[in-house]
Amino acid sequence: MSTSSGRVYVTEAGEPIHGILAEFGSPADLYHAAEKVRDAGYSRWDTHTPFPIHGLEDAMGMPRTKLPVLVAVVALTGAGLGFLMQYWMSGVDYPLVVQGKPYDSWQAFIPITFELGILSAAFTALIGMLALNGLPRHHHPLFKKDRFLSGSDDKFFVCIEAGDGKFDPDRTRALLEHAGATSIELVEE
Amino acid sequence: MTTHPHPDEVTAQRLAGIVRGPTGGRDPDPVTGDGTLIDTPGVRSPLVLNDRSFKEITDIICGYVESKPPRWWYFAAAATGGLAAMMGAFILYLVITGIGTWGLNNQVDWAWDITNFVFWIGIGHAGTLISAILCLLKQKWRTAVNRSAEAMTIFAVICAATFPGIHVGRQWMAWFLAPVPNANAIWPNFRSPLLWDVFAISTYGTVSLLFWYMGMIPDLASLRDRADRRLRLAVGGGGPVLLPFVPIRIDQIRAKVYGFLSMGWRFSGRHWHRYEAAYLVLAGISTPLVLSVHSIVSMDFATSILPGWHTTIFPPYFVAGAIFGGFAMVLLLLIPARELYPNMKDLITLRHLENMAKIILVTGMMVGFAYSMEFFIAWYGGNEFELYAFKNRAFGPYGWAYWTMISCNVLSPQVFWNRAMRTSPLVIFTVSVLVTIGMWFERFVIIVTSLHRAFLPGEWHMFHPTPVDICIFVGSLGLFTHLFLLFMRFLPMFAMAELKAVLPIASPHHGHTHHHAEAHNGAAVHANGGH
Repeated sequence: MSTSSGRVYVTEAGEPIHGILAEFGSPADLYHAAEKVRDAGYSRWDTHTPFPIHGLEDAMGMPRTKLPVLVAVVALTGAGLGFLMQYWMSGVDYPLVVQGKPYDSWQAFIPITFELGILSAAFTALIGMLALNGLPRHHHPLFKKDRFLSGSDDKFFVCIEAGDGKFDPDRTRALLEHAGATSIELVEE
Repeated sequence: MTTHPHPDEVTAQRLAGIVRGPTGGRDPDPVTGDGTLIDTPGVRSPLVLNDRSFKEITDIICGYVESKPPRWWYFAAAATGGLAAMMGAFILYLVITGIGTWGLNNQVDWAWDITNFVFWIGIGHAGTLISAILCLLKQKWRTAVNRSAEAMTIFAVICAATFPGIHVGRQWMAWFLAPVPNANAIWPNFRSPLLWDVFAISTYGTVSLLFWYMGMIPDLASLRDRADRRLRLAVGGGGPVLLPFVPIRIDQIRAKVYGFLSMGWRFSGRHWHRYEAAYLVLAGISTPLVLSVHSIVSMDFATSILPGWHTTIFPPYFVAGAIFGGFAMVLLLLIPARELYPNMKDLITLRHLENMAKIILVTGMMVGFAYSMEFFIAWYGGNEFELYAFKNRAFGPYGWAYWTMISCNVLSPQVFWNRAMRTSPLVIFTVSVLVTIGMWFERFVIIVTSLHRAFLPGEWHMFHPTPVDICIFVGSLGLFTHLFLLFMRFLPMFAMAELKAVLPIASPHHGHTHHHAEAHNGAAVHANGGH
């Protein structure tokens, strides 16, 4: 694949390279390695851990996700539309006197407004999380690695992509070795 | 090629107790035992026993799914499946014949149907409380029980939703519940708590399902990776086939199905960050949701003018009762599971059971307070119909049901003041059975005793259940248990990723004393990062 600097890295067999995968022995080792990769100025890289490690987003230098803002906006929209739906159906389209209440008795519409707001928020949280993560994506170069398949168990990985502008096969490998990687291998595209 | 035994076999042997799980070479401390019930302030009791490593946790939990189910599972699944089929048959009979086949009459026009509805919907609440409220309160012990409690919530909502669906009478008109105009172009009545209820229950069911599913994505990916790995490395000769002479390996199906469901999750740190944000958002919105659902259910009653129903205490009283009954059901499911699957005791410790017993004690006293407050207001309010309704409730023809409720719900949890009692699985199980019975009677008492003697003595009637009433209710218990057994067999029963994340070894600052300065910097970043 071509990088932002226009270089293409291939293996000895001529396969294009996705990146370098380094394994670390413990969450603590991975955490410190992430800090080193962050400080070295890489941008296209990722960690792979069987569970979320506390504070790793800071060690990786990630910005906070905008997901909560997205959820709030959609939730308020959903609640607003829910309220207007009830108002229009019972007060405008077919006005009906029920229990002697006025057509615009908005208080009675609040419970359903609330529920619809919650419903919109929940869908946005799940679908928004997946969309921002670029999922579903069932094929990824990393899945070809046998070693990566036990990653969900007890392995801690850092993967630096060849597409990163600072990527250099030797220097990147040296950085990961210096950070304490227990094994390092190339990932083909 | 080396001939390793198939991992399924190893796990099966370990589960059967043939092979013991490693203990980390340590004997239990002679004073505090395994540390489960340690009571020193500032010392956390271990959430997972026997020094289980990350890998062992994965093996144990995935083993429940990957190894051949034990014999009891088949018996239990067949028995409960039979009950569920009986429920289906009686519902069919009910739809064909009409709800006159229930014991309803002109006066008692809500009875077991609505009792069962409120009973089941209440049970669901413990699952959401564990997954949402305990998450916000950072109660780490929830990770041992949240997955199964969330599953239980969904199955309880399924059972609950059945009852109003069939109780509408002409079931083929159930679409009237949806916000679409009927044949006369009239819209549903948005001012009715019954319609609020439709929205509350369907939102609750949907949000619980989304929450449950999202929590499972990483664990489904683990199951996918394990199946993929066995296929790729041809462990155990490629694993068992689906049927004799059918060349489809079970692992191939697992890799496909779990792979599809796990959305291609690859445990990326960037993904985890958004995942955790989404999880926190879902916990945050589920908390008011769970409080609203049973409040709205209670308004089905409270907004009527019937003495015994028309009280302002209903919303909090119903929510407390729902959590109370729900925890009893969680314990009813998990205590036998913990006995039947040997290694589960390492994951659900006595401490977890003790914590839930404490919640039962607290919420039991809340409902006890609500029962007494209802009587106080009936007297203090000075309304003679109200006072009559409550006197009739305790001393009328359904007095036996009332006192069953009081002894099961208020008296039986009091044994939990004693520590030996609340750390004995047998005692907890017995109390949970009593609480479940008591909570069913609570709804029966509220609904039937209030209805059967309303304002005019000329319309007083007793309610007598028919075999159709009984079989549909018993069938719903079967359906619920059957769904839970299927869940135990096919889905990860514990939140593996969350369970691993609360282990001490999962901390990025574990065992690195020489990195102390950096660790402190890390902690400072957390505080600034607004976690």
